[in-house]
Amino acid sequence: MEDLLFYLFAFVVIGSASVVVLSKNIMYSAFSLLFTFFGVAGLYVLLFADFVALTQIMVYIGGILVLIIFGVLLTTKITGVDIKSGTTGKVQLITASVVVVIIAISLILLFTNVEWVNQEFVQPNTTIDSIGFAFMTKYLLPFEIAAVLLLIALVGATLIARRK
Amino acid sequence: MSVGLTEYLIVSAILFSLGIFGIITRKNAIMVLMGLELVLNAANINFVAFAKYGGMNIDGQVAALFVIILAAAEAAVALAIVLNIYQNFKHINVDEIVKMKD
Amino acid sequence: MTQDTILLLSAAIALLPLLGFAFLIFFGKRLGRASGFIGTAILGISLLLSILVAFSKISNFADIQLIQAKFNWIDLGNNFFIRVGIGIDNIAAIMLIVVTLISFLVHLFSLEYMADDKKFTRYYAYLGLFSFSMLGIVLANNFLFMFVFWELVGISSYLLIGFWYEKDSAANAGKKAFLVNRIGDLGFLIGIMIMFFTYGTFMYDEIFSDISSGILPFDSGSMLTAAGILIFCGAIGKSAQFPLHVWLPDAMEGPTPVSALIHAATMVAAGVYLVARVFPMLTANALLTIAYFGAITAFIAATIAITQVDFKKVLAYSTVSQLGYMVMGLGVGAFSSGFMHLVTHAWFKAALFLASGSVIHAMHLSMSKLNDHHSDPQNINNMGGLRKKMPITYVTFLIATIAIAGVPLTSGFLSKDGILAGTLAYANLTGNWLIPLMGFAAAGMTAFYMFRLTIIAFHGEPKTEIASNTKETNKYILIPLIVLATLSIWIFYSPNPIDASNGWFHKAVPQPHTSVSETYQWDFLIHNETTIEAGTSTHTSQHYGTAFEEEIHSQHYIAMALSLLIAGLGIFFAFCVYQFKILNADNLANQFRKLYKGSYSKWYFDEIYQATFINGSVGLAKVLAFFDNKIIDGIVNLSSLITRGFSYFIGHFDNIVIDGFVNLIANITGFFGAAVRKVQTGSVQTYIVLAIIGMFLLFYVII
Repeated sequence: MEDLLFYLFAFVVIGSASVVVLSKNIMYSAFSLLFTFFGVAGLYVLLFADFVALTQIMVYIGGILVLIIFGVLLTTKITGVDIKSGTTGKVQLITASVVVVIIAISLILLFTNVEWVNQEFVQPNTTIDSIGFAFMTKYLLPFEIAAVLLLIALVGATLIARRK
Repeated sequence: MSVGLTEYLIVSAILFSLGIFGIITRKNAIMVLMGLELVLNAANINFVAFAKYGGMNIDGQVAALFVIILAAAEAAVALAIVLNIYQNFKHINVDEIVKMKD
Repeated sequence: MTQDTILLLSAAIALLPLLGFAFLIFFGKRLGRASGFIGTAILGISLLLSILVAFSKISNFADIQLIQAKFNWIDLGNNFFIRVGIGIDNIAAIMLIVVTLISFLVHLFSLEYMADDKKFTRYYAYLGLFSFSMLGIVLANNFLFMFVFWELVGISSYLLIGFWYEKDSAANAGKKAFLVNRIGDLGFLIGIMIMFFTYGTFMYDEIFSDISSGILPFDSGSMLTAAGILIFCGAIGKSAQFPLHVWLPDAMEGPTPVSALIHAATMVAAGVYLVARVFPMLTANALLTIAYFGAITAFIAATIAITQVDFKKVLAYSTVSQLGYMVMGLGVGAFSSGFMHLVTHAWFKAALFLASGSVIHAMHLSMSKLNDHHSDPQNINNMGGLRKKMPITYVTFLIATIAIAGVPLTSGFLSKDGILAGTLAYANLTGNWLIPLMGFAAAGMTAFYMFRLTIIAFHGEPKTEIASNTKETNKYILIPLIVLATLSIWIFYSPNPIDASNGWFHKAVPQPHTSVSETYQWDFLIHNETTIEAGTSTHTSQHYGTAFEEEIHSQHYIAMALSLLIAGLGIFFAFCVYQFKILNADNLANQFRKLYKGSYSKWYFDEIYQATFINGSVGLAKVLAFFDNKIIDGIVNLSSLITRGFSYFIGHFDNIVIDGFVNLIANITGFFGAAVRKVQTGSVQTYIVLAIIGMFLLFYVII
């Protein structure tokens, strides 16, 4: 059952990601990105990372995707031809395909050939407790820095996007 | 064959490659951003998979959360930059924005 | 009514005004005048609920000391958790009625007094915020809540003092009140931290039981004393005790009903309430300090009040003086009388302030009718003869004056007499005779200056045209006056007009058992378990009394005779000087020129603070600035001069020798750069592809 779910989610992720990068219509891309994020969240659930999955849904789908769609709407003339987001020229397309296929093959070979340490994860009922403890103890400084970073990003984004 | 670490890594590798493909082939800056998100998600799958199978335990998930935080910040700033570019160039095709050349 | 219902209802009492505040802040603009009625109605509901709560607490749960609820607020594991909660005991129940009733009456009063103000709705919102915070102080059963609400009343007081912020004096008075309070609050916070550090909890009852089981901060009784005095620092600030009393008279810049509510009856009494709350943990030395602070405050403030000419300033100094009384009463251990004085003082001082508000309002109306915008409506020398113009105001003011002067048949007599008897008993047992001396002197002066105020403002002929044009205003102003004046009659506290000790009040508010061990406490304050017959009542009950209470009983009649004599003298003197003019006030002032000037200028407290603390810090800042400007900058300038000299030489060397080399290298680089320039397309995507290819090359090379 779990295996079946894994293959389902993997299919959703890869399929919709292909649509994202291959589709000519930028709105289609944006909406299939939604399914990619959902699929990834599903994979997190299968990996016992409930909190990460929730955060994925809330931040990616609730935040980033909405931002991206806003970006699309603000920079594209819906009625015009611009909505077809063209690719770069033919030559580049072929080079890129070759490069990417090489990358994919080498990565997959690498991943399958390495003998990974297989250490099973002791599964608590919920990970929120332990994540909270980790943030408040071991990762306190990175956590605070992340908070400052978000603030800076917020201010910076507002400043940059402001009309002169 | 039951699903293990390798399968997750393969999914993440394919997702990563697709992301890279998106980044280098598309003209539209927002499409480039979407490709970037795919790459980040691929990295995140690795983190969480290692958290379960590789003995990283909760640390892997914490790293994944930091990546999500970074992605949020990045998306906000990047879209702000895209809007700014749009105001200056009236388009956001990255291959035509070659001012860096000069 | 069960205990849970009582707790729920009391939470509702406190939260209702907060609701009103939020509602009026967000929707007030649209409501206009109606917002005043909404605020008043909300306080009315709170008042009814608190009467219900207080009645059932005092009558149905008389044997349960404290009904309380605690819950975890912050729990960080590792045995570090912070609990908060609310609790109701008899003094909290009585305070609930005091706060809600006065707040309600002030709401009612303001409907007329503030009617023409542009910020009418915001005024009512602030009043709601204040009521909420004050009720929070009353209901808190831990130091943490106490401190939080303590600061909240501070901020609402700041907002209301500076309510007319267009006036510089009002804005400055608000700032002054806030800053002066900070000084006291610092001590309070340190005291709380000592307590939390030692006992790991903020709950009063847990701290008290730990103290009685012998746990002391840093294992020393003097640290407990220090903690007690530090916590009392909060009361010094909030209750305007010497030497931080300077903010209260300035706070009279706020609207008069606010002065009645916050700066006379409730908020300034919060300090006294705090001392009453922590009474069981105060050691003998801490109590002694508190008693001295109270006595000095009562005495000094009374001397200042004698010569002031601003109607509200007189009342303000009288408030400071009476607060000193309460603190002194608690300090000498006359707990019941001290707390009772808080309650009775709240009624008659609110009555005095609201009556002064009525007078000032009438003066204002009369001034605007006469097109006079320059006279001071608060100066008592502009008044006179108001007795005939405003009879109801006059009568209520007179009743309150009699009460504050301590004439029998009034509430003020009962409580004041109890405190004075307490000081006498204390002096008898410990030898601190200075405390009763200052107490009795202040009592005499109180009677004198209150009657001086009454006679100058209300008796005789009108001194100005404004005063002769005043008239009583409407019912919103008069009803609160009548209610408050009625509450200043003895019958509400004790059936016996000259002795409160058998009334319900003293039964409901008994002396709390001290938790401090005998080593650090007066032995006469330790409860001994002898059975004595409880007064004249028909049934005998176990009564755990202290030696101090018996001493008070034996001193009672002496204190009563003395205080009657002194108050009578004060009143007689006031009539001689101001009514019958047997003695000429100006001649007296000339005769005691120095004393008069000192008192008139408030013993130069503000000037002294200006000269020492404020000018001191400004001076220090100037010295530092001088140091910065001349010495540091001098060194910097010198070093820059030297550097410039060197750089002049080096510059030439640079231009000729080094630049030659650099240009050579640059030319070579430029040649190569032109060669590889083609690779730089400027397109981001090309760079990415190259970067990835590079990465993978590295990847394969290394593995």
